[in-house]
Parts: sequence; C-alpha cells; structure tokens
Amino acid sequence: MKKLQISDHIILLLGVFFMVTPVVLAFLTSTHDAITIYKEGIQFTPGGEFLENYETVLFEAGGFTKEVNGFVMLKNSMILGLGFAVGKIVISMLAAYAIVYFRFPMATLCFWVIFSTLLLPLEVRILPSYEIVQSLGMVNTYSGLIVPLIASATGTFFFRQFFMSVPDELLEAARIDGAGPWKFFKDILVPLSQTMIAAIFIIMFVYGWNQYLWPTLITTDESMFTLVRGIKQILQVWVGAQIPDFNEAMALAILAIVPPVLIVVIFQSWFVKGLVESDK
Amino acid sequence: MKKVQFQSPWLPYLLLLPQLGIVTVFFLWPAAQAIQSSFYLEDPFGFGSTYVGLDNFKDMITSTDYGRVARFTAVFTFFVTVLSLGIALLLAVKADKVLRGASAYKTLLMWVYAVAPPVAGLIGVLLFDQHVGPIVDLFAMFGWKMQIGVNYFDTSFAMIVTAVWKQIPVNFIFFLSGLQGISKSVQEAASIDCRSGFRRFWTVTFPLLAPTGFFLLIINITYAFFDTFGIVDVIVKNEPGNNPVTLVYKVYLDGFRGNDLGGSSAQSVILMAMVFILTIIQFRLIERRVHYT
Amino acid sequence: MATITLDKVRKVYGGSVEAVKGVSIDIADGEFIVLVGPSGCGKSTLLRMMAGLEEITTGEIKIGDRVVNNVDPADRDIAMVFQNYALYPHMSVYNNLAYGLKNRGMAKDEIDRRVKEAARILEIGDYLERKPRALSGGQRQRVAMGRAIVREPAAFLFDEPLSNLDAKLRVQMRVEIKRLQHSLGTTSVYVTHDQLEAMTLADRLVVLSGGNIEQIGAPIEVYDKPASTFVASFIGSPAMNLLKVKADGNGLALATGTGLKGANVKGRDACTIGIRPEHLEVVSGPGEGEGIHLEASVNVLEPVGAESYLYSSFADGGDEILVRVSSHARHEPGEKLYLRAAPENIHYFDADTGRRID
Repeated sequence: MKKLQISDHIILLLGVFFMVTPVVLAFLTSTHDAITIYKEGIQFTPGGEFLENYETVLFEAGGFTKEVNGFVMLKNSMILGLGFAVGKIVISMLAAYAIVYFRFPMATLCFWVIFSTLLLPLEVRILPSYEIVQSLGMVNTYSGLIVPLIASATGTFFFRQFFMSVPDELLEAARIDGAGPWKFFKDILVPLSQTMIAAIFIIMFVYGWNQYLWPTLITTDESMFTLVRGIKQILQVWVGAQIPDFNEAMALAILAIVPPVLIVVIFQSWFVKGLVESDK
Repeated sequence: MKKVQFQSPWLPYLLLLPQLGIVTVFFLWPAAQAIQSSFYLEDPFGFGSTYVGLDNFKDMITSTDYGRVARFTAVFTFFVTVLSLGIALLLAVKADKVLRGASAYKTLLMWVYAVAPPVAGLIGVLLFDQHVGPIVDLFAMFGWKMQIGVNYFDTSFAMIVTAVWKQIPVNFIFFLSGLQGISKSVQEAASIDCRSGFRRFWTVTFPLLAPTGFFLLIINITYAFFDTFGIVDVIVKNEPGNNPVTLVYKVYLDGFRGNDLGGSSAQSVILMAMVFILTIIQFRLIERRVHYT
Repeated sequence: MATITLDKVRKVYGGSVEAVKGVSIDIADGEFIVLVGPSGCGKSTLLRMMAGLEEITTGEIKIGDRVVNNVDPADRDIAMVFQNYALYPHMSVYNNLAYGLKNRGMAKDEIDRRVKEAARILEIGDYLERKPRALSGGQRQRVAMGRAIVREPAAFLFDEPLSNLDAKLRVQMRVEIKRLQHSLGTTSVYVTHDQLEAMTLADRLVVLSGGNIEQIGAPIEVYDKPASTFVASFIGSPAMNLLKVKADGNGLALATGTGLKGANVKGRDACTIGIRPEHLEVVSGPGEGEGIHLEASVNVLEPVGAESYLYSSFADGGDEILVRVSSHARHEPGEKLYLRAAPENIHYFDADTGRRID
C-alpha cells in the first residue's frame, strides 16, 4: 500500500513539474536583463532586474506608435474581461428567465435561435463578422470588442439548466405571496443564483480576458490592445530587434497570466463547479 | 419546462430582446453572408462579385495546399486529443487516490486553464527557441537539432506539446469530478469482488468514466480545431509559408491576408458543417450522460 | 374566514387527460376538510385549482361569495403549505414570513406584530434570524405553517405537508396542526394519501379516486359505512377483507366454492362482502351464533405489539383473509381457525359497480 502511494506521488509530481515549469521559467527569465538571456539562454534562477523590467513594460510607452504600455493593456484586458462577464451574465439570465418561466408562443423558436449560436463559433464566420462590425463603425471601440462576443448560448444554457432545477413550489409560494414576474426575479431567483453567478462569472472573465482572435481583428489602434492581443506585437518587435527583449516579452506574458490565474486559484471551488456544470 | 409559468404578452420578448438582437446581428447574419459568399467570386479590385456555384468548393478540395493543411489538422487533432486526454486521465486517477496533498496537486494541475492560448504559444516559442530555449538544448544532447519555424516536423512537435499542455487542466478537472462522482459503495463492492487494482480500474472505474470520456473527446476535438488558433498564430510567427497550420488558421489567412473572400467563405462553410456534426454528437452524449446518472 | 364552494370542477390536461371529473364540494366556514386518495386521484390538482396555481377547465370555485376562477393566487386570500415547504432559502425565517405581507404593502409594525405573534404560537421565536438550511425538518415545517398564519387568510391549503417528516415527528405535527386549526378556526383543506392522517385530522373526509369523489363524510361515518369497495379498502388499516360471493342454497358461497353459513345476499345472485380484520372473531367451533362463519388456516402470523395479524387462507386456497387478534391470543402458523363475523359488521357491495348495498 505504502509503495503504491509513493509511485502515485511521483507521477503527480511529474505532472505538476510539466504544468508549472514553463511559467516559472518565463517568470524567472523576466527578472534578468536582455543581454544575459541572449548570451546564456533561459534563466533558471531569479535575477535582479525584476522591478526594472516590470516598470518598463507597465509604464514605458512601447509598440510602433508609442501609445501603448503594459498598464493600458492591463486596463483594456480588465475592461474586456469584466465587460464580457457582466454583459454575458445579464443577457443570458434575462433570456433564460424568459425561456424557463414564461409561456409564450415563440418560446421554442427563440430557444433554437439561441441554440444555433453553438454551431457558429467565431472562427467559422470571422470575415463577415468583421465586416459587419466595421460597417457599424464599432472597430476600435470597447462595445465592438465586447458585444459581439456575449451573445453565444453557453451562459443561457447554464442558467436555463439551473432555473429548471429550482423547485416549482418556490414560484408557487412566491405567487401566493403576491410576487409578480419582476419581483420573483429580483427577490427570489437572482439571490438564489448567487453561487451560480459567481461560478459563471469566473469562467466568463477568464474566457473574455483570454480572447485573442476577435481583439486581433477588431482593435488596430494600439491604445485599444489587450495584453493577450498584444502578444503578437511583442513578437514582431522581438523578431526585428538586434538583441531580443526576452525579459520584457516574458514580463508581459506574466502580466497576462497572473490576473485570470489568481481568480481561478482563489475561487477554485466555484470555478470547478461552474466549469463542470455548465458543460453538462 | 415549468408546471406553472407566468403569462405576459410582451415581457418574455423584452427579456429575450438583447440576446436575440445580438445573435441576429453578429451570428446569423455573418453566417448567412459566409454561406452566400462561398458561392461567389469576389473581384480582386472590389468591382462586385460573380456567382460561380460550387467552384470555390471545387478549387478548395483540389488545391494541394488545402489537402496539406487538412492532413496536418487531422494529425494535430489526433495527437492533441489522445495525449491530453491520456495524461489528464492518469493524473486524475492518481490525484483521486492519494490521501496527502490531494488539494495542492489539484490546484497545481489545473491553474494553467487560465493561461490564454497565445500566451501559452509565446512561452512555447521561448522554450523552443533555437538560441535560448532549454528544450532545444535538451534534445540537442540526444542529437536532435530542433529548428522551430524552419523545420516542418519540429514546428508541429512544438505546437502539439504546447496545445497539450494548455488542454490538460480542463480534461483533468472533468475526469477528477467524474471519478469523485463514482459512488463509494460501488468502489467498495468492486474492491471486494476484484483484488487487482489495475483490473478494477479497467473493468469498473473506466466504464463508469466512459460518458465523461466521450464528452471530453468532443470537447478536445473542438479545442484542437478552433481554440488552438492563438497557439498556431504565435508559433508560426507570421510566417505561415511552409509551416504547419490548421484549417481555422487557413480561413483567417486566406480571408484577411489573401483577400480570397469566396475561398475563405467556402472553407468556413465546411467548418460550420463540422461544428454542426460535433455539436449533434455532443448533445447526443449529454442526453446519454443524463441517463447514466 | 370563509366558505369554499366547488361546483362541477373539471381539469383536463392537454385536451384529453381528465384529471378531475366534475367535483362538487361545499366546505363550511371553519371546517377542516381532508382530500384523501392514492396518487393520481386528482386531490393535489383540486387543491392547486383552489389556490389558483392550476387553471380550472370548467366549473366554478367560490371562496366566500366571490367566484375566484380568474383571480390571481395572491388575491384569493388563501395561504398554502407545500410538501417540500418551499421556503425561500436565501431569506431569514423572519423574511420568509414577512415577504408576502411586504408585497401587499402592509405597514412595517403590523408585519412585525404578525410575524412575532406567529412565531410565538409556533414556538419558532428563537430562529427568526436563521436561514432555512440551519433548521431541522420539523422547524422548517413550522416556518412553512408560520408563513401561512401571518397572512390571516380566509383559508389554509395544505399539500401533504407532513410527508417529508419522519414517523414520530409526523404524529407530533399532526396533533399540532389540529390544535392550531381549532384555535384559529380557519377553514382548511388538507391533501394527503395517508388514510390515518386523514382520519385523525378531518372534520369531513373527501375520498377521491380517478378524479371522482367516492365518498364525503365524517371519518367515522366513512369507516362505518364505506360507500364503495374502493373506500372500504382505502380507509381503515389493515384494509377490509373483500370476498366475492355467490348465492347458494344455504346462504353464500365463495367464488372458489367453499360455503359460508348464515347470511344472505340481499336478493342478488352475487355480490362482494366486506369484513374488517378487527370484526372477525375467533370462535371455538363451526357454526355457532348469528352472522357469517368461516374456516381458514393461518399462513403467517405478524405480531405488531398491541395486536397480531393472522394472514389466513381457506381450505381450497382461494382468497386470503386477514384477522386481527389480541397479541395475547396464542396462534401458530398452520393452525385451523373458526371465524365469525356479526351481521352488523358485514358490508355488502355490488359485484359489478362496487357500490355499497344497504
């Protein structure tokens, strides 16, 4: 029995090593200066340039137009993550509420129209989506960045599932207590959904924060870049440079990683619940 | 639906309006446009377009380039799916078993979920870099001189490793929650009936995990097809020339770089058909999952 | 306080499934009515129609003098206690009680007075700030009752409110509901499938089967004179023995052939007779005294404490018959029994319709 456990731990530790090392190396590299890295390769020990490097990427203007720095990108990522999560939760809760709690002739049709979005991931309709956003004048705006992303069905399904599991008697009791549709939603359903909202918020925040393709298309103005979207620019500057700034590139990567990772780790149990239940 | 429901002539429509509005403008309309323009040839100088029937599809299927990309996508999907599912299952089984440190392992194995694919790609590029990457140094000791971005095979290898790394956490979380969902009494009954732990896993635990596994299979195929865009894009570093790319990346490339609207749209339509099939299978499985539990 | 009048109330689901088939009941002011029957008999549907949670297909329901068919549940002046209590899980006990009153726009101090009063009556004053999940099953039940009481409604509607409690608590709460209803004097309609609960609580029982009323009456009346074989087998525990019999030269014969002595079939060729297990008397020998005489042998003996049940069968192995005896009487499996039922304890039912023959 004891021996078995040791081999289990070895396998798990190897797994942890595989998962953790790349990011740790990225972080360690981000604390050295560019010349050391260029000469010696990736660094396995912490260096002395931590503050300098992070200060540079956060506050020193970079990019081609010198309009963007890490702080602006961090802000944009935050706006995208929060805007996406909040927008999605609001829109999908309202839609799921209508579908589950109302009897109306077009209910099934509406459900299928929303359902159809699962069949149309952004990647299969990139070009026309871009053209539409462009014709609406939403390129390089936060709304152009966020709104087209928030309508997919995942959130609606998640809340629909949850609402269906709420006992019918609660609605009946509330009706006898004189609550109409709005009161029931506000006083009973939303407070009841708190945990679910938290869970889906975490997943959606991470999802929004990590968006890449859509921001790449829709933001051409560097002051609108998110961290994740800026990655390619980082690379382009890097490819062209004499001595590539691996340290600064990795510092930006770490900046892009830390906020969503912190949220996932801190709210781990909600996150796991949301992930496992939303895909059921 | 519910036994008791509200009735109102306008309220449900009002509640659905935001979602339906966005769905129509940003999903249905562009999808319809993609389908439509897949049958048209766009004039390169922007002077209108002509109806060409299925020509775009014919061109696409007969093009050697498309065939190459499709083959790579299939190989890539296969390896990413098999490896990330296999490794995640192994880790989940072990994490479910150990008594000490279980929650620490769990956290350490799943946090990578929050890393964006292109950021994973960037770290991959760094680790596989010809000049500074430790992985390249490591393999050089065994006589393998890796040239990421130059050598087709080496680049594919780096892409697959990065994509697997990024996907293990999701699979791990689902497998672990699947394992924890297996009732204690079933496991106890199995341990009375079967002495060999290995045999017990294959005859009892594995079949009970099968619904989760099938479900994850679809999720992983979808991931390898679509969500790896960021990884591919960063690793090929804007030089897709002879590098391996996936079908989704080619849609982007032909549409935005090549300005081949019709060809790009035809590829989109094929991808839509694939998503359609995958989604149908997925929903079938979800129904089955419900029956299992 | 109010009367409730149901007039030919029907409920049809999806145009074809008739769950309630034209039920009429007059409920007096302050009366405790129990709707009882097996699952699917329409009792819950009927209650939910009174509450306004189901639409009435045809017919009319009046609370007091007002026809409430199209009145919203909140405006019917009723209160309902649900099987799973339906407490709002995110609200404190206090707010659970106060929510309906707040929605009516009642003044804060009046709400406070009513909630405190209900809490006092139900002895839940110590838990007012707790959330429902921090309460035991019995306490939740009290909160659910409290939510009904604070409304001071014209009628209480109970939908199997005790079925989620364990046996001991169920008996305790049963007594409490009865006491409470007596002291408040509020008209109450109570749905249950448990005949014992029905018997003990009801001023009048309404026995339902397949969407129809089988019988309405005071519990003891229903027990003494069941209107049909259905009521006979449903009310009373253990259930009444029902035997199919034919006319015979001497009196009666069981369907399987064994003759019975000393009774008539009220001028018919065949009928069903019913004898409650407690009305079968073990006698020393065959054919003594008035009434029906049976001979059977004991198959299984089931002691339950104060009494024992003898599952017995006739010589030819046909119908099984249950006999209730004192637990102090000594009987053995395989033993032959001579049984007698007094004429006044024999019920006659029509062989085809199952209706009572008097």
